[in-house]
Amino acid sequence: MTLVVSFLVVLMLVGAVAASIFRDLISAIIAAALVSLIASILFYFLQAPDVAMAEAAIGAALTAAIFIIAIRRTERFEE
Amino acid sequence: MRRTVTILLLIIVALGISLSLAKIPFGTPKTTVGRHYIDEGIEETGATNIVTSVVVNYRGFDTLGEVTVLFIAAIGLGAVLTTSVKGETRKIQPASLVLYTGCRLLFPLILVFGSYIFIHGHLTPGGGFQGGAIIASGFLLIYLGCRERRISRIASNLAESLGGLIFVVIGLLGLVFGGYFLLNFLPKGTANALFSAGVIPIIYIAIGFKVGSELASIIDNLIEES
Repeated sequence: MTLVVSFLVVLMLVGAVAASIFRDLISAIIAAALVSLIASILFYFLQAPDVAMAEAAIGAALTAAIFIIAIRRTERFEE
Repeated sequence: MRRTVTILLLIIVALGISLSLAKIPFGTPKTTVGRHYIDEGIEETGATNIVTSVVVNYRGFDTLGEVTVLFIAAIGLGAVLTTSVKGETRKIQPASLVLYTGCRLLFPLILVFGSYIFIHGHLTPGGGFQGGAIIASGFLLIYLGCRERRISRIASNLAESLGGLIFVVIGLLGLVFGGYFLLNFLPKGTANALFSAGVIPIIYIAIGFKVGSELASIIDNLIEES
């Protein structure tokens, strides 16, 4: 169990760093959604299923969708 | 130069936070009110899910504030986005067959799952906010897959207003029957039954409708604009 949780935490850190250094904003959003998804799995392991559900639905799905809609109106690549 | 200063400042902030947190013993209870909720919560509210009993019963007034914040956010977004030019219907590029079929198959299931989450909010994990968010993600799927479909503005506004109204009216009924706002005035019933916990399921169903229609109308506003 500890091994799984540590792997997830490392993956989450990788996702967070990737989200901040990607120049392609769509990729950055996918990385940020990955952080939210892993956060919700970790909430489930920490016995907080209520928070896990909210995090999965809002953090991983709706926020990413709203960012993608916003990027469609602006530029995809950051200079 | 700027980078060095930033890193230095970050290290100072991290040191400050870690020093102030290091004094707190980890994992030991620091307040007694949490223990009270865990020990007496089921008996006092009738809800098996203690998180729900805190959110809707013990801290029900805070939840009303939370719902109001979400309502104001949705209203503000709608006001900002509908003032810009709207009109010419663009040609909608149809979705691929896989996405279209998947959306038509999955959308009813997502709706049923979201409703299950908020109707059973007092028994199983989840509740109005989670169920509403799940339903809104189902509507997001509709916008991605079946692009010519739109939710009816009137229906979503009606669900939103009715949800808020039911919440406030139940709170005021508590004031009438027992003397304070959001009192659990209905019989609590036996724990673990669907019809138990008094007003908690009614309030959570209202919140589920409200949150679901609010988030769906936020997505609707944004997609109409883009």
